[in-house]
Amino acid sequence: MARVDFAGVAFAALALLTLGSAAIVAFARNVMHSAMALLGTLCGVAGLYLLLAADFLAAVQVLVYVGGTLVLFLFAAMLTARIDRAETSNAPLVTGRRAAKLATLLLALVLSVVAIDTTWPLEDKTVALPSTAKLGHALLGPYVLPFELASLVLLMAMVGALVIARRAVKPGPSP
Amino acid sequence: MKPTLDHYLVVSAILFVLGLFTVITRKNAVGMLLGVELILNAAALDFVAFDHFVAESRGPAGQVFVLFIIAFAASEAAVALAIVLQVYRSHRSIAVDELTQLRN
Repeated sequence: MARVDFAGVAFAALALLTLGSAAIVAFARNVMHSAMALLGTLCGVAGLYLLLAADFLAAVQVLVYVGGTLVLFLFAAMLTARIDRAETSNAPLVTGRRAAKLATLLLALVLSVVAIDTTWPLEDKTVALPSTAKLGHALLGPYVLPFELASLVLLMAMVGALVIARRAVKPGPSP
Repeated sequence: MKPTLDHYLVVSAILFVLGLFTVITRKNAVGMLLGVELILNAAALDFVAFDHFVAESRGPAGQVFVLFIIAFAASEAAVALAIVLQVYRSHRSIAVDELTQLRN
């Protein structure tokens, strides 16, 4: 009896989910379909992280990306698309579409050939799970400065987004 | 067949190219930003794959970088979508080929 290869099957299924959803993101004519298809891509990438023994990253991907960023995208898509034009809300450019297809196809070929032909310094290492403690030590050890800067950037982005997105307040009579 | 580094790199390359195609061909600004998210995910997947397969002696550098990528993707999306929202309010359209006015 042939041994069932779970890693291979899981990888194939996750890659199919990721790339299929990404293709919908790239080709759908309705921006809501594109935004919802991004959910499949993000979950597929989270699954690939799990296969790569990055359990904490998979959780963060689902929490932050799916729970935060994707919801933001859905809000933006709903606030900016006219409901009567939803079917064509994400229309592609008319000119240069074929050139874009050709160029990106060539780029995919080149990237894949380079990735396969290069001899990477592979190493068999034992993976210690869960990876959370390891990541925590790295973030508060050698990466503490970028970590703190990232929190500053997040704060600035939050304030900046609020300032940009608010409506201009008309100066009314003071109470 | 166990998936090797090459498999992950090819998946990531296709994901990147799909994102690039989205950014090039979409007219809707929100649709374009979805492509940017695809590109960021492709890069992050590469980081994790190299962290898992390639010799590395100084801690989980690849995974730490992906954490930063996710954080910056969130802030990028927040600011970019705020700008898109404001553009929609002033122009009633977010088709990037129609936005040719620089002031007034």
